[in-house]
Amino acid sequence: MIVNEKVAVDHGLKKDEYAKICELLNRTPNITELGIFSAMWNEHCSYKSSRLHLKKLPTKGKKVIQGPGENAGVIDIEDNDAIVFKIESHNHPSFIEPYQGAATGVGGIMRDVFTMGARPIANLNSIHFGSPQHKKTKNLLRGVVHGIGGYGNCMGVPTIAGQTSFDSSYNGNILVNAMTLGLVKKDKIFYSKAAGLNKPVIYVGSKTGRDGIHGASMASASFDEKIEEKKPTVQVGDPFTEKLLLEACLELMAGDSIIAIQDMGAAGLTSSSIEMASKGNLGIEINLNKVPCREAKMTPYEIMLSESQERMLIVLENGKEEHAKKIFDKWNLDFAVIGRTTKSRKIELYFDEEKVADIPVDTLVENSPMYDRKWKKAKLPKKNKIKKEDLKHLKIIDVLKKILANPNVCSKEWIWQQYDHTVMGDTIQKPGGDAGVIRVHGTDKAVAASVDSSAFYCWAHPLTGGKQVVCESFRNLISVGAKPVAITNCLNFGSPENEENMGEFVECVEGIGEASKYLKFPVVSGNVSFYNQTMDEGIKPTPVIGGVGLIMNYKNMITMEFKEVDNLVLVIGKTEGHIDQSLFARNILNKKNGPPPEVNLFNEKNNGETLLKLTDNNLIKSAHDVSLGGIISAVAKMCIKGKKGISIKKPKYLINEIEYLFAEDQGRYIIEISKKDFKKVTDILNKNAVHFDELGTITENELYINEKTKVRIDELSTYNKSWLMNYMSK
Amino acid sequence: MKSSVITFPGSNCDRDMDVALKKFGFKNKMVWHADAELPKSDLVILPGGFSYGDYLRCGSMASKSKIMQSVINFANSGGMVMGICNGFQILVETGLVPGVLLRNKYLEFICKNVFVKINDKKNKYFKNVDNEILEFHIAHNEGNYFCTNDQLKEIEDNNQIAINYCDENGKIEDQFNPNGSIKNIAGIFNKEKNVLGMMPHPERMIDTSLSGEDGSLFFKNLINNLK
Repeated sequence: MIVNEKVAVDHGLKKDEYAKICELLNRTPNITELGIFSAMWNEHCSYKSSRLHLKKLPTKGKKVIQGPGENAGVIDIEDNDAIVFKIESHNHPSFIEPYQGAATGVGGIMRDVFTMGARPIANLNSIHFGSPQHKKTKNLLRGVVHGIGGYGNCMGVPTIAGQTSFDSSYNGNILVNAMTLGLVKKDKIFYSKAAGLNKPVIYVGSKTGRDGIHGASMASASFDEKIEEKKPTVQVGDPFTEKLLLEACLELMAGDSIIAIQDMGAAGLTSSSIEMASKGNLGIEINLNKVPCREAKMTPYEIMLSESQERMLIVLENGKEEHAKKIFDKWNLDFAVIGRTTKSRKIELYFDEEKVADIPVDTLVENSPMYDRKWKKAKLPKKNKIKKEDLKHLKIIDVLKKILANPNVCSKEWIWQQYDHTVMGDTIQKPGGDAGVIRVHGTDKAVAASVDSSAFYCWAHPLTGGKQVVCESFRNLISVGAKPVAITNCLNFGSPENEENMGEFVECVEGIGEASKYLKFPVVSGNVSFYNQTMDEGIKPTPVIGGVGLIMNYKNMITMEFKEVDNLVLVIGKTEGHIDQSLFARNILNKKNGPPPEVNLFNEKNNGETLLKLTDNNLIKSAHDVSLGGIISAVAKMCIKGKKGISIKKPKYLINEIEYLFAEDQGRYIIEISKKDFKKVTDILNKNAVHFDELGTITENELYINEKTKVRIDELSTYNKSWLMNYMSK
Repeated sequence: MKSSVITFPGSNCDRDMDVALKKFGFKNKMVWHADAELPKSDLVILPGGFSYGDYLRCGSMASKSKIMQSVINFANSGGMVMGICNGFQILVETGLVPGVLLRNKYLEFICKNVFVKINDKKNKYFKNVDNEILEFHIAHNEGNYFCTNDQLKEIEDNNQIAINYCDENGKIEDQFNPNGSIKNIAGIFNKEKNVLGMMPHPERMIDTSLSGEDGSLFFKNLINNLK
């Protein structure tokens, strides 16, 4: 095939990018080389629109062992233990083929983690669907949930937490973000940097097929009406092979045979070989005839661009080939020496004794395009004027029921019951709480993890929204008694070529950076997903934050269910009555505009750290952060989970009862304390200048405000639990 | 007491079982599926997981593993063999226990706590368990026990049902049946009651910080019965 500008454009390259390739090579690339360039230079692999802005994120900290740039980030959790974690998107494939798209998303992120030598110990996911009324939503939800479960359950890794939301902006582009945490000894972490000349390059895992060719390019473009034709670009997952690959890799990693290892994810053999070479300042020579292929007569182009799953590339020490092969034979996996490292700093590919590609590594990586895209700064929307009359006719209990049954608030049990969340025997906080918590096997330590996003806030004001998501993650970890350590982020946005979408990206990233810097909650890994749009309709900006925290003694973990009648309930943090962009404003008052609640980083940090002091003194019986639906929704959930009631009394400074109960001001928590500890608790709060309200007392089985305003907890529970079950069974 | 846990390609509850057995005093060995010989054991366990990815039919390929001939011989000579979840699926494929396991009635994987009622205590697995009802944990996609009417009659005549799904008070009704199993069957014995297959995972219930403690009860009792 003759390569020209048109062929390049068909590969998703821009005309000027093609010109640059010709200039860098000083000739016209052949088709295999063009394929390689298109795979490396697309948005998904090159981060060409985002790189400039991602540099601003804080990535260092006392506990950070490895920041962005590797397969995953790594943090220190003491005693020579480390946690490897990362979140990644699989949005485009999941919309085209929900089961396989979601399944391979989970498979891909687990591979990123065990590539670094860590055994995966927990999975999380953040999934976003269109309006429940949209004709595709139900099937997409079912497919995605089955796919996530199908892969994670088979691997035997518990899915410990997640987030599900619905909004019409995802009608044409669902989001599937998967996160994995792995456990590794600090001195046994593996990296992707190749080193040494003439070292054997090994291919292990599944055979290479024609699936997933151009997957990364597909994920770097918007959808149009021909999306059905893109099905062949979705990879097909085989969790069984991945389980074998995991065990085989960990077995090989126990010795000292491996110099570098890289999984074949997006852009398969192309990106894995180039990344290892680039990091090691080396060249790699590969004989493509040696690559194990599933199908006959695969061309070099197809072999290099296939995104078949469950494959790894390893640079081995000389003389270790037999030892390594034995392990992979034991696990019935393919093993082939396909090449060697060279000093050429080029990727040189041979096929049928002919050289089919010869590209300097620099041209693919360092010289890849980077854009400073135009972007538009968002204005802070004007506040809505909420009149007393608008609120007068509202009955608190009716509103509460509506909120608890809202698709974005209701119980997601139907989903997480389909995920094995207890395998590995260390899950001490199951899905449905503020964060999932797993014990570090065989120790007293535990790790907490949570995934969060607030697309409505980000959409209303990206800078504030970006800050808010980080704070929410911080709060969720504090609520289970964990000290927040670091985050990973999955940045889901529309087209970077659209100034408004690009502006949303830039400002959300700025907000994330500001908050994580202030909270000392650095970003150690992440992923950007642009072009989440169908034709011109983009999603609401949806940065997803995966937060990880540490609990030194798992017995100090906190859960959210109310524990004991007569205990006191406090609201930590000040309630100003911010209604705009709250679930209450959007769904009950039907006011969709207005600014999101303000984020005060000082208060966030101070309130959170003070709560950790209370935790250290064992003073908190239960805790939950205040988010969607305000104080009363948070309290209702604590009642439902604990099968207890609460008698609420009006705090004195009350702005207005409804505003007080449904506002979504930030930096707040609900905590339960024992009466006898009241003085100890309030002394600590006062000493640290943390505002608190006494909200009420725990009772048997009723949420009670006054004789006219009360409801039984089992009734609230039904509202909360039935929406999703009913929706999915219809 | 010596136990052996068989690891098949795709087993994923083998470590959890190892942890549980050791916690309650077993000297446990992990045994690879391709080995021919079983080590000397008082109890052999086929653990949960997805042996061979559940491809073809859950448990079918694992039932043909090299080690399984030794396991079958061991069982036929009266040795104690317990299959949990995927292990149960492997047991039915070998024919050591009757029946089959179909996909769950609602075609969905289920992971949750359930209550089971002990149907028969005249066996080494449940003899001397004080409780009638245990809270166990299930996590499976194919746990819907099914057999022919003739088989069912034989099973009932021989009192081979080990445990049934029930509510916390021991009521065995359809609404407490998580997967559609015939007669709410959660576990079943062979005729001689030395082989037990069950869907619930007692090894996930051995710690108050996890799902509960009834698994501890089960294992403590089991090791005493074997002594």
